Amino acid sequence: MKIGIIALQGGFYEHHYMLRKLAGETGWSIEPVFVRKPSDLRGVDAVIIPGGESTTIGVVARRLGLLEELRDLLASGLPAMGTCAGAALLAKSVRDRVVGETKQPLLAVMDIEVVRNYFGRQRESFEVDLRIPAIGGKPFRGVFIRAPAITRLWGRTQKLAELDGVAVAAEEDGKLALAFHPELTGDTRLHRYFMERVKR
Amino acid sequence: MVLPPYHPVVERARLYEVGFETIVDFFYRLAEAADKLREEGFWLNYGPERLPDYIEVPARGTLRVKYGFPVYQKGGVCMDVTNTEQAGIAEEAGAASVMVLDKLPYDIRRQGGVARMADVRVIQQVMDTVTIPVMAKVRIGHYYEAAVLESIGVDMIDESEVLTPVDEKHHINKWLFKVPFVNGARNLGEALRRITEGAAMIRTKGEAGTGNVAEAVRHMKIIVGEIMKLRSMTPEERLRAAREYGVPHQLVDLTARLGRLPVVNFAAGGIATPADAALMMWLGADGVFVGSGIFKSKDPRERAEAIVLATSMWHDPETVAEAQAMISEQKSMMGIDIRRLKPEELLQVRGE
Repeated sequence: MKIGIIALQGGFYEHHYMLRKLAGETGWSIEPVFVRKPSDLRGVDAVIIPGGESTTIGVVARRLGLLEELRDLLASGLPAMGTCAGAALLAKSVRDRVVGETKQPLLAVMDIEVVRNYFGRQRESFEVDLRIPAIGGKPFRGVFIRAPAITRLWGRTQKLAELDGVAVAAEEDGKLALAFHPELTGDTRLHRYFMERVKR
Repeated sequence: MVLPPYHPVVERARLYEVGFETIVDFFYRLAEAADKLREEGFWLNYGPERLPDYIEVPARGTLRVKYGFPVYQKGGVCMDVTNTEQAGIAEEAGAASVMVLDKLPYDIRRQGGVARMADVRVIQQVMDTVTIPVMAKVRIGHYYEAAVLESIGVDMIDESEVLTPVDEKHHINKWLFKVPFVNGARNLGEALRRITEGAAMIRTKGEAGTGNVAEAVRHMKIIVGEIMKLRSMTPEERLRAAREYGVPHQLVDLTARLGRLPVVNFAAGGIATPADAALMMWLGADGVFVGSGIFKSKDPRERAEAIVLATSMWHDPETVAEAQAMISEQKSMMGIDIRRLKPEELLQVRGE
């Protein structure tokens, strides 16, 4: 399976590391590739949109023509996993907790509303153990760095995990939006969950 | 055409052969010293704590969170700004963060005098207008400017040689803070000393406010070169290197094994064009800081966007050419030849 990791800005090496780790644990053949131009998307079975600054990733992707290309592929069913900034890019509606409406470019393919910096600034960034029933009973260490939250879900979108009454993980037809950073914990369960969706 | 990295080993090592957990575990050991300091008094509420196996209540400001923050700045550009208007331009152009200053380095050079941290009200206004992280600079060794910035909620603190140092001998003990710090370095020893003090991110110093990238190139090549040298050393030689640098030998071993600094490393000092930024990335930087280069030019909007594009797409000379075509050399900031600066005018030598 060829997995494209959007590699314009942010934690893309960390996802690459997690996919290699997962391949080692499961014996699955996973070929992670970095995606920087529209042509890099050729033949990918899924994409991962890493954490970073969603404005930066959006602005650069738009200039390179990657945003439109990716939006078309995702709309026609290509599985995707977005963490933190990636989740904001997947959302149809994005607001900021302090600033309000943002004019940033989006992929807008998931029926969710994301509020950026929902839990506060870097000083308020935190770790907490999350209950995610879909991946089993063992708690998952969520690393929230200036993290967003999923404040509204509609359509076929399902909530996978919540914290303090808001959703922090959601799924819709093979698309996964995570407000936290599974790639910083070394725990491959969420990457494995995503890859199982891709294999189907 | 795709440009191969300057140092193939660095590129491969970026995949974090040992994993992020190992790095964090290592920093827990360094943090033991900070725990002791905390017992001694004033800073009761600060300092990294050891985590229990299971957390129900969110644990704030943990090491993973402090060291994780710069990871999400990688491949991005942090731009120096002096007001909300410039911050807005930076954000729209795709800056990964902004650094709030009272004066741009170029103006600090011109005006002289003591340079201090920026106006708290201006920093707060910027925090209220942009969604991207906001950083601010403190003077080397100025614990209280740092405490003030932490209390108003700045996302990262730059303990910077661009401002006038208040302590000629000591840097801030950064383990005492929950907000991550970035520090400047000109060589590997300096970088590792700052990491030992708790810096979550390093930037090469360069010579700020000159619009001349030569010093930044020199510092990046020195650091990468010294790491390459470490890799070829015997364990005994590494032990001696650790003593020379004045840092724990575990940190030297870790750096050798990774083939790069164990924290995120940005380039800074004199970056003025998209090609400058791409050059620093090619030399092994994880991202760039741009100081006077953008808002001392005559085309800040276009230049900001072009530098962001070139930093993300440094692998690809065609895109960097496109970025370079977005700006005009005639509008670039007027550069200063470093050889014409008097020794006492150099900023990079502050705080070894």
